[in-house]
Amino acid sequence: MHIYTCPFCGPRPETEFHFGGEAGNDRPDGDVPAQAWADYLHYRQNPKGAAREIWIHLTCHEVFVMTRDTVTMAAQPGEPIPSDTTDRGDA
Amino acid sequence: MTARRLSSGGEIDRSRPLTFTFDGQTIEGFEGDTLASALLASGPRVLGRSFKYRRPRGLYGAGVEEPNISVSFHDAAGAQINLRPTMQPARDGLALRSDNTDPDAAHDRHALIDRFSRFLPAGFYYKTFMWPNWHLFEPKIRAMAGLGTVDSALTGPVAEQVNHWCDTLVIGAGPAGLAAALTLARAGEEVMLIDDGSRPGGSLLWREGRIDGKDGATWLADTLAELNRLRVRVMPRTTAFGIYDHGLVALNQRHDDGTPDTLWRVRPTRTILATGAIDRPLPFDGNDRPGIMSAHAGLTYLRRYAVLPGQRITVACNNSTGAEVAAAMAQAGAEVTLVDARPDAAPVAGVHNRPGRIASTPGRGAVSEVVLEDGSAIACDCVLVSGGFTPTIHLYAQAQGKLGWDADQLAFVPRTEVTGQTPVGAAAGHFTLGATFAHLGSTLGQAPQAEETQPYAITPAWPDPQAKGRIWIDYQHDVTTKDVALAAREGFTSVEHLKRYTTLGMATDQGKTSNIAGLALMGALTGRDIPQVGTTTYRPPFTPVPLASLGGLETEQRMAPLRRLTLEPAHRAAGATFGDYGGWLRPACYGAATEADQPARIQAEAAMARDSVALFDGTPLGKIEVIGPDAAEFLDFIYYNTVSTLKPGRCRYGFILSEAGIVFDDGVLVRQDENRFLVSCSSSHTAGVLALLEEWRQDRFPRAQVHIHNATAETCTLTVTGPRARDVLLAAGVTCDDGLSDEALPHMAMAWGSWQGQGLRVTRVSFTGDRSYEVSIRADQAEALWETLHTEARRLGGGLLGVEALQILRAEKGFIMIGKDTDGLTRPMDLGMTGPLRRKKTEFLGRRSLWQEEAQRPDRKQFVGLEPADGAGILPCGAHGIDTSGARPRSLGHVTSSYHSPTLGRPIALALIERGAERIGEVIEIQHLGQRRRARLTAPCAFDPKGDRLHA
Ligand SMILES: [Zn+2]
Repeated sequence: MHIYTCPFCGPRPETEFHFGGEAGNDRPDGDVPAQAWADYLHYRQNPKGAAREIWIHLTCHEVFVMTRDTVTMAAQPGEPIPSDTTDRGDA
Repeated sequence: MTARRLSSGGEIDRSRPLTFTFDGQTIEGFEGDTLASALLASGPRVLGRSFKYRRPRGLYGAGVEEPNISVSFHDAAGAQINLRPTMQPARDGLALRSDNTDPDAAHDRHALIDRFSRFLPAGFYYKTFMWPNWHLFEPKIRAMAGLGTVDSALTGPVAEQVNHWCDTLVIGAGPAGLAAALTLARAGEEVMLIDDGSRPGGSLLWREGRIDGKDGATWLADTLAELNRLRVRVMPRTTAFGIYDHGLVALNQRHDDGTPDTLWRVRPTRTILATGAIDRPLPFDGNDRPGIMSAHAGLTYLRRYAVLPGQRITVACNNSTGAEVAAAMAQAGAEVTLVDARPDAAPVAGVHNRPGRIASTPGRGAVSEVVLEDGSAIACDCVLVSGGFTPTIHLYAQAQGKLGWDADQLAFVPRTEVTGQTPVGAAAGHFTLGATFAHLGSTLGQAPQAEETQPYAITPAWPDPQAKGRIWIDYQHDVTTKDVALAAREGFTSVEHLKRYTTLGMATDQGKTSNIAGLALMGALTGRDIPQVGTTTYRPPFTPVPLASLGGLETEQRMAPLRRLTLEPAHRAAGATFGDYGGWLRPACYGAATEADQPARIQAEAAMARDSVALFDGTPLGKIEVIGPDAAEFLDFIYYNTVSTLKPGRCRYGFILSEAGIVFDDGVLVRQDENRFLVSCSSSHTAGVLALLEEWRQDRFPRAQVHIHNATAETCTLTVTGPRARDVLLAAGVTCDDGLSDEALPHMAMAWGSWQGQGLRVTRVSFTGDRSYEVSIRADQAEALWETLHTEARRLGGGLLGVEALQILRAEKGFIMIGKDTDGLTRPMDLGMTGPLRRKKTEFLGRRSLWQEEAQRPDRKQFVGLEPADGAGILPCGAHGIDTSGARPRSLGHVTSSYHSPTLGRPIALALIERGAERIGEVIEIQHLGQRRRARLTAPCAFDPKGDRLHA
């Protein structure tokens, strides 16, 4: 059982988390060529060593980025995803 | 009977005798005995049979390493199978059965197999898979395989599991572990000390040694007393069987009162491996006979259980630890010959010293004589062998520690640093107290002082590839030197191939006594030295762990709890038959006294809903609120359909797609007001939809502009459907702000209302094709409303509707169930919903995938209705539509839903059929389990295609 660290809740067992995909796999909007769409949909870096991944903590619903070593299985604490910086909010 | 119980000494309590049976024979022992020690003291010499050749076998070991003997018994906790008698306390009244014997260990009817052993070489199974025919051998082999019989009828008590944390977990309570625990506990750490034996002490329980000026037993007692004062948790009978990622150590704790084992999940900051070492056998012809035992096992039986394992004992060794064993046996009254392979070994007083090595053991059955390499013979009834120590480094190797070969001590020892793990004592290759404590002092900064005895010295005694006779490497799996040689000849020279081809080390003892000799021999056969051959991968578990322990409390309802409806008592009172629907316990139908009554009740409920009115509990339907200034924009992206054009107070049916363009979920979306939406989703899909919404909200949208809230559990949703649905609401006193007229609340609209002062939400959507109202009310108010609606419905000739009848009603209308009428390839166009793809202006989830070649193929499977064209009954669900025009029939798709429609008085079905939409009206063949049927393709909607009844 791995222990992952949710930026909101702290360390929790892996069964509370859901894998969301590789981080940095930006979605190409619009009528992109089929190959570009297929790259987004199906092709992954799958690195040996440090991998940046999107995870969701199912109990609080925080979506975050986690760096996980695919060799040692060591998991760094999750980082909040940067979309908050685009908040329009009151500003 | 050659072994005997001594009149004094040992841990046993002679005032508390006990008896149990072994293969029907009565065995006497004492409190404090293990099953093995009692069997050795008063039982037969043959206690089991080897796995392959059915060779008679006796005890070899005294602990987890025991390769030969496994037993089964029944107790209050159920069938206990495949147990090492060396690890089980003797209990009064047990009835033991030797495993893998027929009818018993002494008279095994398959013993003749050993005569034909040359026809059963290594790789026998693999070869018979190829030629002549595996099936000739399979029944016999299967019948003979296995270790004990599982009692499958027994459910039994479930085991407990414990999660725990400590600063340091010390595994092994021998001198190294005890000293380490003491040092760290004195420094203020929270320490847990575990040992797989019945009591802490390790080798101090059977070997001599003086520590800090005290004899071993006194030092042990003093140390345990201090550990107790320091609140160290000391757990005997507990095996650390695996180390997993992120520092998790799994322990299995046995209880000697028959209660099921307890699984511990411990996450220590540091783990000290004081797991000791295991003594290897010596290679000679016939080295597997009953009466041949590990020297340290023999010493254990003598000192811990006061059992002298023979009267005329040959102690054969290649290392310095044989001397203590020989002297102890002689002192206890045996006539002892010490056969030490070391040329420079010092003679031991009180025994016959015969430097050299054993070549063979003549005769049949239990050992009676050994012949040395110089040809001289020694008569004996017991041979105690010591081939040198193998450090128990399984947990270190599991944690990816790398082993190095210590050429002086002839052992693999830990070489690389494993974060958070410290091997000490014999596990680290320190085979004397002096070496152990010196290393411990340099590692932990503090250690006791041992009075140095002689240093550990060893000379090689590996299997000789040229040696004659049958020399066992792996006792349990009957792997001999010949099998290893065959593997080498046939090219299986890598250590992993050797293991799989010969099954060396693959038995339940995991090769604890055999692996090193096997790879030493392979090295000799292929001109490599031992470190070049290397070891196989170490994997958990270290010892077998009962499945009950691993499963713990997570069985049945505790593993996957059924979700229960607030109104379940009301449904029960109304005579509901319940079923599991997507994890919810829901009424399948009402009023069926027996299972045979159910079909008629289901038909009647469906007919009633069409004729008058029916009340349905729709509570499990997912209800997720999406709130905020960007909510409409967000849902435009999430939904296949356009959401932002929906007016407040109105509803729209739509799909959520995956990025691959596959229909992920469907449901009705309600715009409660400008910035507040209610997403309804399939009952069993709520968690998945919620995660999908959150992921896209947080990844793509400003978080402060959209908020998501799962409101499923807050309300109960009571659905009133049928021509008289509005009359029921009016009679029940449900009011809406602008009334319930079709102008104020048309189909696909929602309104806020109240009932007896309690606010509620009424949504006019229909899953039946008839006028329907979904009334959502606070869960704690729901039962009273349910009873009132039920009363009014009955008054109008209506009643309750279960899930099964609702299925018929929706199928009559061609309404899909996601995952039933769709599969992992179904795109919205396949369901006939093409509009949004052509018209929607904004980006949405899965859009680009719908334009890919695969999604646009003309021969896709499309959603259609089916009507039997052969006059027979309903079509089997799952039956294939087939194309018979080619040489072989080809599947065109399959029937996804099929019912008898009481409304239409005929069978109806839904299906996904290739090019279905353009083939409406065609008759195709349907195949199911060899039966052929014929059916006509129709539009999915079989009833009221114009939808007039929604407004009737
Ligand atoms: Zn969290």
